Amino acid sequence: MISTILIIGGGQAGAQAVDTLRREGFNGRLVLVSDEPQLPYQRPPLSKKFLCGELAADRLPFRHQSFYDEHHIELKLGVRATHLDPAARRVTLSNGEEVVYDRLLLCLGAASRLLTCPGADLPGVHYLRGIADVPKIREGLKPGARAVIIGGGYIGLETAATARKMGCAVTVLEMADRVMNRVVASNVSEYFEREHRAQGVKIICNTRVVRLEGQTRVERVVCADGSTHEADLLVVGVGAVANMKLASDAGLACENGIVVDEYCRTSDSAIYAAGDCTYHPSRRFEMRVRLESVDNAFEQAKAAALNLLERPTVHDRVPWFWSDQFDNKLLIVGLSQGHDQQVTRGDPATRSFTVCYLKGGELQAVEAINHSKDYMAARKLIADRARPDIDKLADPLVALKDSI
Amino acid sequence: MPKVVFLQPDGIRREIEVPVGITLMEAARQHGVVGVVAQCGGACACATCHVYVDPTWLGTLDPPEEMEQGMLETAWEPRDNSRLSCQVHMTANLNGLQVTVPSRQGG
Repeated sequence: MISTILIIGGGQAGAQAVDTLRREGFNGRLVLVSDEPQLPYQRPPLSKKFLCGELAADRLPFRHQSFYDEHHIELKLGVRATHLDPAARRVTLSNGEEVVYDRLLLCLGAASRLLTCPGADLPGVHYLRGIADVPKIREGLKPGARAVIIGGGYIGLETAATARKMGCAVTVLEMADRVMNRVVASNVSEYFEREHRAQGVKIICNTRVVRLEGQTRVERVVCADGSTHEADLLVVGVGAVANMKLASDAGLACENGIVVDEYCRTSDSAIYAAGDCTYHPSRRFEMRVRLESVDNAFEQAKAAALNLLERPTVHDRVPWFWSDQFDNKLLIVGLSQGHDQQVTRGDPATRSFTVCYLKGGELQAVEAINHSKDYMAARKLIADRARPDIDKLADPLVALKDSI
Repeated sequence: MPKVVFLQPDGIRREIEVPVGITLMEAARQHGVVGVVAQCGGACACATCHVYVDPTWLGTLDPPEEMEQGMLETAWEPRDNSRLSCQVHMTANLNGLQVTVPSRQGG
């Protein structure tokens, strides 16, 4: 009998898992451990409305305390899981406490990839991952302050947009030849570079940071071509890595993340995992993936919860992602890796267009810029493995949902 | 504080105090209203906080913007009184507003 379920991690996945477990009738002891002192909260606003102060801290938590009380969810906040003993089914916490579980769910999330160049450990080098990172960054977002952002991915560009809106002089340094190069098509990158530049953000691609300099704190960034960029504020957004040390130390199979099967099971039959920390199979896309995605965390945690309750549920969703930069909304659905055809609908000059990816004639991924209709239609078409007519697909006057 | 009534898909009626300025979605999520999934947390990116507004209240709400309109078109069983609850900000004159949560969310 399953009498105790322990969840490590209070992000999107952990918060969703406790919710699903209780709603689906789990009546046993339910414990949620989070190394952050706050109630589980949403992370996406951290680089946007929360960073600029538009959204107050009390609007970040998913649920009020009363929800956890009413559903008898034991929250252990501000404590870390330091050791996992799968044989004894026991987790040791940083406060010395030990929790013995029947089933364990790891929702460990991901951590910012750290810069390793000389000077990377200087004070004033900021990363944006949790609530605790925000006040230090916000403090530097003063009108006229020179903000340098290393990395032109989602976090970097969203932070750049926020900093610019708050009046900073913003420079983004990107190593690749275009921003968001891992996640969007080149015409989408070009569009966002133009939008940022039009707002006064300086975007420099093809540039590699070789060291950070400063007396008592970081003052400037030096690049491989010898150029330097003076910085009153420095934010680094160069990707993330799965948090999996607890799992790998315990002997669980780990690669790019904690290895799980489609039922969210790890290599230990009593331990499951969900969210950014997992390296999981996707039937729809016929590959293993590690996703940094609110949607994946949510859906995988839901599936994991049902599997914990011995109701076999396959996690095989089409993932989606979004990014807000200035007044632009980028909506992405599916995974474009391995596509063999690419079609753009509409003209970027209209500030609303869509890039579609196909593989073997099947719609596989869509990037919609300020176009919620195409995005919503694509979610269904991709899940259904629809095969659009290419001429209709390329015609923005034909609704995407009518392209098959 | 103004109140909003959420009729959950399980038939339970939830009357919730909603501070002026926050969205209906936020209030529903904080209190765990069943059926308001709200995955994206109010970014208008997922259409999983869809509700049906009591028709008598429609005139009191600001109409949906284009982005929300586009989302709603392919939401689960949209109707004329469909709204994304993340796009409805609470005001004092919405005290007593009643919304029905559909049995499913998403496209």
